[in-house]
Amino acid sequence: MSAPNKSYDPVEVEALKPEEIERMRDEALAAFAAAGDLDELAQAKTAHTGGTSPLALANREIGALPPQAKADAGKRVGMARGAVNKALAARQAELEAERDARVLVEEAVDVTLPYDRVPAGARHPLTTFMERVEDVFVAMGYEVAEGPEVEAEWFNFDALNFEPDHPARAMQDTFFVAGPKKTESGVVLRTHTSPVQVRSMLDREPPLYVVCPGRVYRTDELDATHTPVFHQIELLAIDEGLTMADLKGTIEHMVHSLFGEGLTTRLRPNYFPFTEPSAELDMQCYVCRGESVGNPERPCRTCSSEGWIELGGCGMVNPRVLVAAGIDPERYSGFAFGFGIERMLMFRHNVEDMRDMVEGDVRFTRPFGMEI
Amino acid sequence: MRAPLSWLREYVDLPAGETGRDVQAKLVAAGLEVERVEQLGADLTGPLAVGKVLTIEELEGFRKPIRFCTVDVGTANGTGEPQEIVCGARNFAVGDKVVVALPGAVLPGDFAIAERKTYGRMSRGMICSGDELGMGDDGSHGIIVLPPEAEVGSDAVELLELRDEVLDIAVTPDRGYCLSMRGIARETATAYGLPLRDPALLDVPAPNSYGYPVSVADPAGCDRFTARTVTGLDPEARSPIWLQRRLQKAGMRPVSLAVDVTNYVMLELGQPLHAYDRSRVTGTIGVRRAEPGEKLTTLDGTKRVLDAEDLVITDDTGPIGLAGVMGGANTEIADAAEGGSTEVVIEAAHFDAVSIARTARRHKLSSEASKRFERGVDPQAASAAAQRTVDLLVLLAGGTPEAGVTEFAAPSAPRTIAVRADHPDKVAGVEYGRETVVRRLQEVGCDVYGQDELIVTVPSWRPDLTDPNDLAEEVIRLEGYESLPSTLPKPPAGRGPTARQRLHRRVGRALAGAGYVEALTYPFLGDWALDHLGLEADDPRRLTVRLLNPLSEAEPALRTTLLPGLFAALRRNDSRGEHDLALFETGLVFRPTGEELPAHRLPVDRRPTDEEIASLDAALPHQPRRAAVVLAGARERAGWWGPARPSSWADAVEAGRTVAREAGVELIVRQDQQAPFHPGRCAALLAVVDGEEVLVGNAGELHPRVIKAFGLPERTCAMEIELDRLEKAATGPVEAPRISTFPVATQDVALVVDASVPAGQVEAALRSGAGELLESLRLFDVFTGEQLGEGKKSLAYALRFRAADRTLTADEASAARDAAVAAAVERTGAVLRGA
Repeated sequence: MSAPNKSYDPVEVEALKPEEIERMRDEALAAFAAAGDLDELAQAKTAHTGGTSPLALANREIGALPPQAKADAGKRVGMARGAVNKALAARQAELEAERDARVLVEEAVDVTLPYDRVPAGARHPLTTFMERVEDVFVAMGYEVAEGPEVEAEWFNFDALNFEPDHPARAMQDTFFVAGPKKTESGVVLRTHTSPVQVRSMLDREPPLYVVCPGRVYRTDELDATHTPVFHQIELLAIDEGLTMADLKGTIEHMVHSLFGEGLTTRLRPNYFPFTEPSAELDMQCYVCRGESVGNPERPCRTCSSEGWIELGGCGMVNPRVLVAAGIDPERYSGFAFGFGIERMLMFRHNVEDMRDMVEGDVRFTRPFGMEI
Repeated sequence: MRAPLSWLREYVDLPAGETGRDVQAKLVAAGLEVERVEQLGADLTGPLAVGKVLTIEELEGFRKPIRFCTVDVGTANGTGEPQEIVCGARNFAVGDKVVVALPGAVLPGDFAIAERKTYGRMSRGMICSGDELGMGDDGSHGIIVLPPEAEVGSDAVELLELRDEVLDIAVTPDRGYCLSMRGIARETATAYGLPLRDPALLDVPAPNSYGYPVSVADPAGCDRFTARTVTGLDPEARSPIWLQRRLQKAGMRPVSLAVDVTNYVMLELGQPLHAYDRSRVTGTIGVRRAEPGEKLTTLDGTKRVLDAEDLVITDDTGPIGLAGVMGGANTEIADAAEGGSTEVVIEAAHFDAVSIARTARRHKLSSEASKRFERGVDPQAASAAAQRTVDLLVLLAGGTPEAGVTEFAAPSAPRTIAVRADHPDKVAGVEYGRETVVRRLQEVGCDVYGQDELIVTVPSWRPDLTDPNDLAEEVIRLEGYESLPSTLPKPPAGRGPTARQRLHRRVGRALAGAGYVEALTYPFLGDWALDHLGLEADDPRRLTVRLLNPLSEAEPALRTTLLPGLFAALRRNDSRGEHDLALFETGLVFRPTGEELPAHRLPVDRRPTDEEIASLDAALPHQPRRAAVVLAGARERAGWWGPARPSSWADAVEAGRTVAREAGVELIVRQDQQAPFHPGRCAALLAVVDGEEVLVGNAGELHPRVIKAFGLPERTCAMEIELDRLEKAATGPVEAPRISTFPVATQDVALVVDASVPAGQVEAALRSGAGELLESLRLFDVFTGEQLGEGKKSLAYALRFRAADRTLTADEASAARDAAVAAAVERTGAVLRGA
């Protein structure tokens, strides 16, 4: 850097002449404007604003001027450098925007590409539907009870008022478990989830409100409408003063929760050893709401144009069952209801063949997802 | 039970226009399960006429015998000329009366009759068999030959009662009385509020001492026995058309007059009957229990060895019938071909339901008789049924009834039930009132006395009415289930699903979320599957629950592991073209100890004691719930993102961790060798329960032999884990971590160890050495190569250190890292790479 020199006449310093500074400024501005990309701008920046750029060098000369000339020159150089930096920043922003626009276009992808790298899993609709039904009753205050699938005959039959030689036992084609050397063991594969009701009555004190979901077994060969292994859900309520009207109201609530408001239900007398009175329960067909009956123009495949769908059996718990479970039938009464999950799934989701539900074909199960 | 509407009208004056569907609706509402209403003759159009065969010409030269007939059909054909008909059947002769379908007729199965040329002749109609008219099997498969009195030219549709409606009713076990027209008529009459003409109301002569001798040695097994004798039967007599038709419509086959009559009366009154050829019965008819080892050939031709519990009918020579189930061949009525029987002894008895049920089951012999006795027969109807049989035999076979009437009846009192008059109201939740209750019970056939407390005498045909609730049901069903209101009870507040139930749900969701698809497979298992799994002879999984009556002899046992079922599902999917598969199942396995004792039949008239309940539970195998997965093909499929990643043992182990995580359990994974897994690619999954490590499952790649045996895709992997054990390992609610906001200090280390040292061991050592400052540790690279030397591997870990209360200095972080490395060096022989 030159030392201050009071004898200098500023006009004598060539680099600080006003027209010279303007030229430097204009050259810088022109260079920036001419820069076609950020690299060229970077070079122009070094050339026109760097430590060896004309304006920087001119700036150094200011110190050598006499005081009164210093101010003028300083002002001129400062304004020029300000304008240069401003132009640089503007051009920088302009070029960056241009570059970004270009790069982002280059980086564009086809978002319609599939991404089935890990195909989605799913739970079986029998499982999720059973949970759905459980939830309806849990919301009403019921608890979920479970029990063994290999079960003592006493729980599966005797305690439920199936007398040993009564034809009712033969109604449920039973798998018998072999004792040692193929003797009778008194143990069966449960034919219904009702033994869980008995266990619940023995385990808990009334009032008692439980649902018993689970797998059950009967010796049917697998075909389009039968399976030896299937699922049931049963409910049991034991309390003081329960009536068939309570049973009906409870079932209606379930039907409305699962199939829609306003559907009517119908009880038909029937026979089960463990309930008395007993009934078969039908619900109005939720698809045609009865409009297909006697109307060949509008057949309904869900209810076979019957207008009604058979849901399951129900009734008032036979007081003999209460006695076997140690509950005073003079004080308590109860109702029970049970139905097959497969059947319900078949008409709720138009499953045409029972085998689809047992074979584990992923093409069947996947569309049902996680909830039903 | 099949009930023809025309027959039903004999007992109830139904409105003329009432159809089968109308009656069906009424009976269904009253609790009879009328499964369908069969429309007989609905698909049949006339003209169908009675004809008399005039000539028969045998046509020669055809592969089967063919006859050209002329038949007089009167004026039914409009001309009065004989009708020319070509016919292939041979069971008729000139002069026989037959049924002729004339051109224009349409027979069942849309079979239109037209004039046509066949076998070189014009055939103008058809001579019909019972099958062709939809009459059901009459056993002959031949042309119907009508009785001689049938009028030529008359309408055969009417004569044969071809048009009718039949109610097909599935009778529930409590309603034995509805296995008769009498019972169904009673329900119909009640449902319509019409009077019933009870066919059992007959004049019956009083019993006397000169009837056929009968001796009942077991009045508990047989509380009633009526015997009547009819002589002078015409052995040529045949059942009239109306009787045959009613039997056919009810689903039975006409056989011979005497047999048809007993069957007819059984259908009418519900009382099973038996007719013995008197000439073949020797001496007194007895009822007793069989001697063990005694033999009897029953009517079906089967020689049976009798059990000491079987109730038998005997004569002086020994057993002549299995009481209430089936008669013996030795006293069978002879049919016309054998010369026919001219004298019969008719048995109308009442047997103990349980005894009959056991005998029928023991001999695997369910008959129309046993079906009725098991469900309860009206003991008071026996005499009437015998009388009705006698009357019909006299009427139809020209017999003469003997005056002797044998009747044994064990003393019995009518059964009564005490019930409060408002009990039905309380059961239904409806106020019927005493008057309605009494009226309805009377309609059922009960005698009712009393005001608030009713004494109800139940009718003899309703053995099922034993309890107050049975009476309540009668009232409620007759008042109509459809009139019940709907109310909602108020259960006490519940606690929602249990921890076990919630775990089960979470596991399903987690596995499905990880891409697994749930399968619900059958739990049946064959020993072959256990062999295919490569289980040792003493493997506890070979100890199975076995079924006495499996559906398939190839699968007589219950699963002790979920894997074979999943293998089958995997294979099925694979064979159907899905190759990238991840399946899961949760369910019970059945693990007996082999020490289970038989489960006793506990009493039902009281609560069983805790010891009794425990004895039942001890008879059951252990039934834990498990989760399992199988994987094959690609875990991540190939695509524009890059190549596929095949599923591997690591995915199987990770599935175990996924399940354990839902239980709040951190799994310990160890190297293992366990069937059915690849010995070098098998992990033991352990969890800490009460301070001890417990095996909860296994995971890995399957043994190549297992893959081959089950026909699975190469490199199939699997995992099985016991949820009930995992649940025990759960550590309870998560303790919320304290989050430090001070900066993290990251240190990477690479350790060289022997290839045989498990990474899990190295990691455990690092963790223990690193101390409290270690926030996390992650293995980010495993490397083997020449520069490491033979049998060595390098494990590269990223360690992150952080303190809760300060920024760590470089020295502190390094010291912690050095301590971690030192522990690994000491415990695993690791060498710090690059050191």
